[in-house]
Amino acid sequence: MVSLILILIASFLIMGIISRTKSIASGRKGPGIFQPMKDIFRLWRKGSIYSKTTSFLFQLAPTIYLSSVLMAILMIPFGEKPGIVSFSGDFVMFAYLLAIGKFMMIVSSLDTGSSFEGMGASREALFSMLVEPAFFILMGSLALFTGNTSFHSIFSALHYGSYVSYLLSALVTFLFVLIAMIENSRMPVDDPKTHLELTMVHEVMILDNSGFDLGLIMYTTNLKFALYGALIANFFIGSLPLFLSIPLFFLIQTGFAVSVGVLESFNARFRMSHNPEFIFMLTSLSILVFFGVLLILGKFF
Amino acid sequence: MEKFLIEIFNLIPFVAFLCFPLLKLKSKGVLAFGILSIQVILSAIVAFNAFSGGGIQYTYPGSWITGIIPVRIDALSAWFILVIGFTFVTGAWYGIQYMKKYIDQKDNLSFHIIAYLLAYTAMVDICIVQNGLVFLIFWEIMALSSFMLIIFEHYKAETLKAGINFLIQSHVSILFLTVAFLLTKINTGTFDFAAIADYTYRQPAIIGIGLFVFFFFGFAIKAGFVPFHTWLPLAHPAAPAHISGVMSGVIIKIGIYGILRVLLLIKSDMISIGYFILTVSVITGVYGVMLAILQHNLKRLLAYHSIENIGIIGIGIGLGTIGIGYNNTFLIVTGFAGALLHTLNHSLFKSLLFFTAGNVYQATHSMMIDRLGGLIKKIPHTAYLFLIGSLAICGLPPFNGFVSEFFIYSGLIDSLLSHHFLFIMFILFIILGLVIIGGLALICFTKAFGIVFLGTPREKHEMSFDENRMNMAPLYLIAFLILIIGVFPILLSPLLSKAVDLYLPNYSLMAAMQLSSILHNLTTVGWYSLGFIALIAVVYSIRHLVTSKRQITIGDTWGCGYTGYPTKMQYTASSFIRTYRKLADPVLLVKKKKKEAIGLYPLWITQETHAQDKLEKWLIDKPIYLLRKTLKRFTFLQNGNIQAYILYGFIFIGLTVLLPVIIDKIIALVNFLNQL
Repeated sequence: MVSLILILIASFLIMGIISRTKSIASGRKGPGIFQPMKDIFRLWRKGSIYSKTTSFLFQLAPTIYLSSVLMAILMIPFGEKPGIVSFSGDFVMFAYLLAIGKFMMIVSSLDTGSSFEGMGASREALFSMLVEPAFFILMGSLALFTGNTSFHSIFSALHYGSYVSYLLSALVTFLFVLIAMIENSRMPVDDPKTHLELTMVHEVMILDNSGFDLGLIMYTTNLKFALYGALIANFFIGSLPLFLSIPLFFLIQTGFAVSVGVLESFNARFRMSHNPEFIFMLTSLSILVFFGVLLILGKFF
Repeated sequence: MEKFLIEIFNLIPFVAFLCFPLLKLKSKGVLAFGILSIQVILSAIVAFNAFSGGGIQYTYPGSWITGIIPVRIDALSAWFILVIGFTFVTGAWYGIQYMKKYIDQKDNLSFHIIAYLLAYTAMVDICIVQNGLVFLIFWEIMALSSFMLIIFEHYKAETLKAGINFLIQSHVSILFLTVAFLLTKINTGTFDFAAIADYTYRQPAIIGIGLFVFFFFGFAIKAGFVPFHTWLPLAHPAAPAHISGVMSGVIIKIGIYGILRVLLLIKSDMISIGYFILTVSVITGVYGVMLAILQHNLKRLLAYHSIENIGIIGIGIGLGTIGIGYNNTFLIVTGFAGALLHTLNHSLFKSLLFFTAGNVYQATHSMMIDRLGGLIKKIPHTAYLFLIGSLAICGLPPFNGFVSEFFIYSGLIDSLLSHHFLFIMFILFIILGLVIIGGLALICFTKAFGIVFLGTPREKHEMSFDENRMNMAPLYLIAFLILIIGVFPILLSPLLSKAVDLYLPNYSLMAAMQLSSILHNLTTVGWYSLGFIALIAVVYSIRHLVTSKRQITIGDTWGCGYTGYPTKMQYTASSFIRTYRKLADPVLLVKKKKKEAIGLYPLWITQETHAQDKLEKWLIDKPIYLLRKTLKRFTFLQNGNIQAYILYGFIFIGLTVLLPVIIDKIIALVNFLNQL
């Protein structure tokens, strides 16, 4: 319950912090920290335009997208406090829940019959497929490391014994940040601020969404960011008491947002054909983490 | 009582066949459907009795050739009887309306109906009989009748070719099985399955493994494990839709039944066998889905997906087998329960997908994905049912595919915590394989659903199909079950636990606890899925409340300033997967034909891609080519000269008579030389 409330609060702020960081880094005055959320609220009050090519599916998909992410959030624990639902192997369901949201968004963008949106859908399908193994191997290594198989039990049993394990946790955090960037269609795989449809991935998929639905999609993106931020925060919270862990949670979320902003300010987007290579690299790094865990546990022969 | 029921079950189709010449075509269909329903009810009664009573066993005396014919119906048989029965009933139900357009081919249709009933009867008998020879006879009846079912449109050369391919491969499968059964017969003197257990228990492990490999190859051809899968992508597009559904749903699963049955019997080095199955399965799964994405024909795509799902089932079986080897109850339970459940689930969603594909074919007379589009407006029910099938086959919650994959994932993740280094590494790559299968399935079905049903039609089709209640009822029934199993998997747990119990060495308290803990997990998953559906409903109703007061405008799709007719500009299936194709190019074999734009005003440029099966080319086409090349040197023997043929006959007879004599002489000579 704690994590749900905290993630909801963080989701209101995180996009603002990112854009604020980016505007400071580029020397602009930039919008206020609440501007992205205000935009979403305005979208929720607006009417909609639907393409005549689309079917009912197009109107249903954003709802399912939001619901899937909300359901996934229910599993996220907060240190020693379990999420609302917790069972062994829940991270499998977590990944598959996010996948059903993606499936619906891809399908709904094909529903418009536009060549641009088909392009975005094709890329999103491929990239999200490629990033899945890295997530599973990381969660698998954590399961191996702690001897547990659910989010809650993994994170509450996570404590670091040696220097190697600190190194490992740094690597895992780094990988999770990159996975979060890909899953949320940010730099270096996708640039949300680009103005050319040919170079977009996620943005081009939602070209025809408007009004309430567009608001839902944009808010879901925020939620997803906060969700991954919370996952990363869980690496560090451990068994701290609430009065320490809640500020730490927000500190980590802010740090996550700032680092995303900095990364986006000083990095250029990859060429589309380099993206799969980059994502493959994540998978191989996560296999490295797996080996590291085996090494720490002394399970190598 | 059960003996009596089974006898009636086997007898009534033949009574029906006797009545067939007297009836009109329509009443033949009705009669056959009635008979099939009675058969299914009878077999279901027997199956439930087997579940509740813990197994049924009786014997027929048999003849001097077969020996005693034992009939044993345990939970495993009962599970498969129920799965087969359901798919055959819905298949027949759907088939009746699908075959209406062939109503003028009276004889062909009557034959089709007979073959359908025969195939069903033979398959149920395969599940219950435990005598090698009788098993092979039923297996042959099933193979022949499914061959007849596939070549319904035998006047098309493609169909006949696919059918003959199926027939040959089925017989290669029978060859392997015959060798395996004969090996046990020679060594034990009986065809009874129980002898296999005795025999392999007493022999060193390597003999058990060898015997298993023979059985596995035989059953793997039927099930479609790579590299024995090559008949599937040919046979499925050739057969009528309801046959494709039944074939993919249950006929290939009889191979899975065979493997599961043999695993119950063989007592050998289960760890090696488990590794073997796991390796084959993960290759099967990944290879199947990798090729599925590239297909242009919707039914061919679904056929490759059957191969993929067989791989997933195989992963479950392999895990369970390793569990037997390591004496790990958790692995046994998750592995076998996952495999059994996925067998059921796949039979549901794959038959649903094939039936909806059949509707698409009826509506447009095309199966080429790139020529379809926008069908959701013409046949909405079919479209949404196809969507449900797609979500289920991708293993997404809240549908049934997720439940069985979750079982297998639980087993895999739990085995990560084991202490064997090699095993952990192996499991890591299995998990990688399973995750990649899931991700690729997502690409594949967003492509299939998105291109076929969404957007605008890419070519003009004369729509000649209406969705009425009769047509759609069986499909809705299947979809309902898909959802129910996804949300309340616990409903199946009594049956599943009975079937899994067979594999547990001795029913211990530990096993019971582990089973209940997994089932408890599944209940949570079920409630959670239900919560997901509820949340969607809540969010949607909020959205409805808010947006109902807002202004809704209908406009064109945004075209970046272009306002012409954008149909030809839509993404096609080939362009949707282009990036993937480039990535997979080194592994797969994609033939590309391109006509470049030449000159200032190029008129017509084309590009074609054909995904070819690399393994088929290497393992089947190439050896056959070499064989033909070798045999061609002997064509001079076939010279059309009748005198020469008579001479061959004499030479043959002479050899058969003389050979034993000559061998005797040689032996005598050798003995004589030895004595010197």
